[in-house]
Amino acid sequence: MDLIVDKLGHSYGSVTVLKDISLEIPQGQIVCLVGPSGCGKSTLLRMIGGLELPESGEVRIHGTPPRDSLNPLTFVFQHFALLPWRSVADNIRLVLEDHKLGRAQEDAIIADVLNRTRLSDFAGALPKQLSGGMKQRVAIARALAVKPACMLMDEPLSALDSQTRELLMEDLVSLWSREPFTAVYVTHNLNEAVRLGHRIVVLSRRPGRVHQVVDIDVPLQERSLAMPELEARQAELWELMRAEAEAADMELIDG
Amino acid sequence: MDNTLSAPSPARSATASGSSAATGTPVKFRGGGFQPVPVRGAAIMVFVLLIALLEAGTRSGLISNLTMPRPSAVLETLWNLAASGLLWKHLAPSLMRLLIGASLGAVAGIALGTMIGLFSLARAGLVPLISALFPIPKIALLPLFVIWFGIGESSKYALIAFGTFTPTVVATFGAVDSVDRTLIRMGQSFGLSWWSIVRKIVLPGAFPGILSGLRVSIAIAIILLVAAEMLGAEYGIGSYILEAGSLYDLERLFAGVTILSLMGLVVGSLIGLIERRFLGWRS
Repeated sequence: MDLIVDKLGHSYGSVTVLKDISLEIPQGQIVCLVGPSGCGKSTLLRMIGGLELPESGEVRIHGTPPRDSLNPLTFVFQHFALLPWRSVADNIRLVLEDHKLGRAQEDAIIADVLNRTRLSDFAGALPKQLSGGMKQRVAIARALAVKPACMLMDEPLSALDSQTRELLMEDLVSLWSREPFTAVYVTHNLNEAVRLGHRIVVLSRRPGRVHQVVDIDVPLQERSLAMPELEARQAELWELMRAEAEAADMELIDG
Repeated sequence: MDNTLSAPSPARSATASGSSAATGTPVKFRGGGFQPVPVRGAAIMVFVLLIALLEAGTRSGLISNLTMPRPSAVLETLWNLAASGLLWKHLAPSLMRLLIGASLGAVAGIALGTMIGLFSLARAGLVPLISALFPIPKIALLPLFVIWFGIGESSKYALIAFGTFTPTVVATFGAVDSVDRTLIRMGQSFGLSWWSIVRKIVLPGAFPGILSGLRVSIAIAIILLVAAEMLGAEYGIGSYILEAGSLYDLERLFAGVTILSLMGLVVGSLIGLIERRFLGWRS
């Protein structure tokens, strides 16, 4: 199943946030959306996932999602969005309950995804007991539980400190290596983009357009913290964005 | 650099080894405060002190018996009331009225408050109505309730229910409004049904706010209980107090007031118990 974004456009009042965005998200690849703040990358992601309506253009699904996929387009949110009154296992159960799978199958799925995210020992813990990194691993486990055809990740590591972020990147790479998943990954962190993206889409701001598309051929498992090739690509991306990032920084909010 | 690190200069080693030779003034602590901590027994001390002062004052004659009853006499009245079995005779119908009236009001209030929180039309249409009803002193409507519901128990239930209803509505829709919207978006993004989102995300998220609203509502219900029992109730804490008041029997008046205070305390600690049991997830 591929996702096709076709000439998407959107504006809030007089401000055009997205204009003429066309993208293709091929199956089994991670596509990173990067851009300065205010370029509409999160808005774009919400439109891809059907949480927001674009003014013009549309997002289409090409082919059919796998039959066992309970929720083909599944989000992972920046601030985890876990229910604080439910335990880790019950937070995952929440997204299975409406599918009438029966208790036994729910338990099997929960055990499987907790095992894949190395959370099996924390099934009964409440979110308030977990660190930020653990919370995001629970959110990733919850997303995996519904067997998504495409994961929509909205700055999933931005609320975490840099060490936790490094650990979670490694987790994501090993998850992908064992079972390649399709993902659209929004981030403002270029290092995450070059580590996780097969394809990096750089958006410009006001209006948000596709500025450039960069493909990185190095297999995910072979990428590492300070790899010269990746650093060069990161520097390249930064040069593309620098002027606009500066402009974004100098802007008054709602000015 | 290496040299100074491995062999510190004489001056540095002198200050480091001899603590008595510490120079400079210590940095003054200026943080702290603004952080209430629980103090055990403080509340009881206040009660005991106040009652002891009253007892001493009334015994010495400093406080006239016309202005304040002697606390020990009030206690004795309470004791006699309990021993004669009259206490239960008054308390049982009052608790019944409070239970039925407050439950009716709270259930209706939570239902309507949730509707206002969820539906734009309900909000636009009903919030002004609630704002108009809220400040009406319900006691002023007493004659009206008698005409509508008769002099019996139902008019008492109605008065207490109506008084509990408005603050519960306001607290509930405020609580529904304050539920984290990202959690609701999360529910939608996983394809949860509308009913699942309301039941599993909105209502549990609003529960803390609803509960603290109930604290206020039930206190109001206890106030209205006394008002309701002004309407020809033979038994009830309210009628007991009113009767004592009209006879200027201060001991009995204060005995009744003490019972009301205790009811408030019990309800408050019950809600505290529910909070500790069900809201442990709050950080």
